[in-house]
Amino acid sequence: MAVLNLVEAINRALREELEADSSVLLLGEDVGKEGGVFRVTEGLQQAFGEERVIDTPLAESGIVGVAFGMALLGLRPVAELQFMGFLPPALDQIISHVGRIRNRSRGEYTAPLVIRMPYGGGIHAPEHHSESNEAILAHIPGIKVVIPSTPADALGLLKSAIRDPDPVLFLEPKRIYRAVKGEVPDGEHLVPLGRARLVRPGRDVTLVAWGAMVREAEKAAGELAGEGVEAEILDPRTVSPLDAEAIITSVKKTGRCVVVHEAPRTCGLGAEISALLMEAALLHLRAPVLRVTGFDTVMPLPKGEHFYLPDAGRIVGAVRQAMNF
Amino acid sequence: MQFSDFDPLKGKRLQVLTPDGEVDPKLLPDFDDDTLRTFFRHMLAARLVDRQCMALQREGRLGTYPPLEGQEACQVGSTMALAATDWIVPSFRELAATLVRGVPLEMILLYWMGNEEGSRIPRDFRLLPVSIPVGTHTLHAVGMAMALRYRQEAGAVVCYFGDGATSEGDFHEAMTFAGVRRAPVVFFCQNNAWAISVPRKIQCAAETLAAKGVGYGMPGIQIDGNDPFAVYLATRTALQQARAGGGPTFIEAVTYRLGPHTTSDDPSRYREDAEVERMRALEPLVRFRRFLEKRGLWSQGWEEGLVRELEEWIEAAVRQAEAHPGPRPQDVFDHMFAELPPHLARQRAELLAAHAGEE
Ligand SMILES: Cc1ncc(C[n+]2csc(CCOP(=O)(O)OP(=O)(O)O)c2C)c(N)n1
Repeated sequence: MAVLNLVEAINRALREELEADSSVLLLGEDVGKEGGVFRVTEGLQQAFGEERVIDTPLAESGIVGVAFGMALLGLRPVAELQFMGFLPPALDQIISHVGRIRNRSRGEYTAPLVIRMPYGGGIHAPEHHSESNEAILAHIPGIKVVIPSTPADALGLLKSAIRDPDPVLFLEPKRIYRAVKGEVPDGEHLVPLGRARLVRPGRDVTLVAWGAMVREAEKAAGELAGEGVEAEILDPRTVSPLDAEAIITSVKKTGRCVVVHEAPRTCGLGAEISALLMEAALLHLRAPVLRVTGFDTVMPLPKGEHFYLPDAGRIVGAVRQAMNF
Repeated sequence: MQFSDFDPLKGKRLQVLTPDGEVDPKLLPDFDDDTLRTFFRHMLAARLVDRQCMALQREGRLGTYPPLEGQEACQVGSTMALAATDWIVPSFRELAATLVRGVPLEMILLYWMGNEEGSRIPRDFRLLPVSIPVGTHTLHAVGMAMALRYRQEAGAVVCYFGDGATSEGDFHEAMTFAGVRRAPVVFFCQNNAWAISVPRKIQCAAETLAAKGVGYGMPGIQIDGNDPFAVYLATRTALQQARAGGGPTFIEAVTYRLGPHTTSDDPSRYREDAEVERMRALEPLVRFRRFLEKRGLWSQGWEEGLVRELEEWIEAAVRQAEAHPGPRPQDVFDHMFAELPPHLARQRAELLAAHAGEE
């Protein structure tokens, strides 16, 4: 098994899919010569040529709309948006067309494309470089939204996303692009979309976290273990469709749930998960479902971002509150 | 100067000052010696601040920073042509334009140090804060221009952006609106040859970007963007037309980004050093120095004195920016709405409680 970081794992997934299937191609701003601003596509244009790894004009609506057109004729484009903060111009295409074509054409046309983008804060970035808009995306019908938190998952989920017959948005937690390393199985490794990962088993409380927040949840669970509280951590890995069954099963066991996300709180996925548990596990709950989230504010610039981002300390606080309810 | 004399579809480009420092006397505006020296002083100031920002970033004292080295003539030449009543709508690389407008350097530094307070630019400066999403601000410039005309206020709007921005959908909508409404706006494109790693020819298949003006029903002109006089002349003419009700103009200033795209970028991955070296010989300060010297307005000693004076100014500004106490937790909330809604008030209290006693 190789030990890779997230960037390397994603690069390997792209390389393997480009090799395996000539209908796969990559496009985006700076993905070719530069290998992407985070070097995720490094070396791929050299290996597969400019027809397969395409440097595009600076136009997000164009990138996604063109990828959509390619997908209509049977290609499997993987489009890169440079940062989630620059997703908005492309949202028109995603909402108006990408998510609807299968339904609109009653299955005659489909859009098997992948849109990758780095997301999330914690890297001292300028404005529009730290967004976590996964809830906005999860709200759009007709697309799947995937978020890996380990290199093995990044590889396996991205390969599944590329092979998926429907459009998938693949959000990469850039804060842990290089900060997290892990073993990645050699050979064919696929992780199915729509299935949560049990990060750590526990009996007292379920922590639901994704992306860079998994690491914070793990830190919190370590601290809580010292207090005799056994936290179970679930990483949904796909926030749309959400693995409701895994979450419900876990919470039925533990009786408590804390959802952690760095996105703003209001109408965030924490609210969705909380509602889900109200519907399916109310009588198993020993405390209200709590949320540890970013605030309903603009993500601050580097000097203020530590005020905004949830960390292990905030998670521990919420768990104590749930335990003492 | 007539825009029609420099038809970009006929391969024409406006230049007043050659790389050797010679000027076309028919085109050179009637500047006195002080003004000529002021052009140089502004360009040198921007150059020195820019280099200091790069150095500060390398020392971890400044965040990601987009250098402008090579583009000083574009920004100084154009802003020298503005009236006090004109507005500036910058993208993110307009350090020189911002300095010429008189925004205190310590504010600019504070912003790039990652503190929103640096964006609190008083309205009187008639200069909007940095806009990070590429090209989207071109529409704001058009709206502001339409507002100026509707309110019968003096002035026009100059909007800065790069060659890459001309690929974004919003740019095309801005050109459409400006053309149709004959808005008093000047689109100032700094074509610095690169949008991060993507060369100009991968942004657009047209021979010139200036030709885009024609397509939207406004004059388009390509100018030498390393020639502050050409920049000045084209901008002044465009502004006069705009203020007189003659509608918008699209200026493509051909310049060159000598440094990296930002401090996170490594240009050696996508361009040859030889290209940069070739362009260094054409950069605006070298060229303007030659021009001043020919007129007897430049000496080594004069420039050295200027450098000393500017370095002191920069040092004081850095000290002032670094002495800023930094944001407080409440700053995350207090500028979201005129009146804090209850859900934010709760979240604010939560954060304040977590940071109680930290001051
Ligand atoms: C909408 C959007 N997409 C992508 C980016 C990331 N990005 C920042 S600057 C840049 C290149 C801009 O090139 P250009 O418009 O030519 O201006 P320059 O940086 O060369 O001055 C890119 C792709 C962004 N800021 N906004």
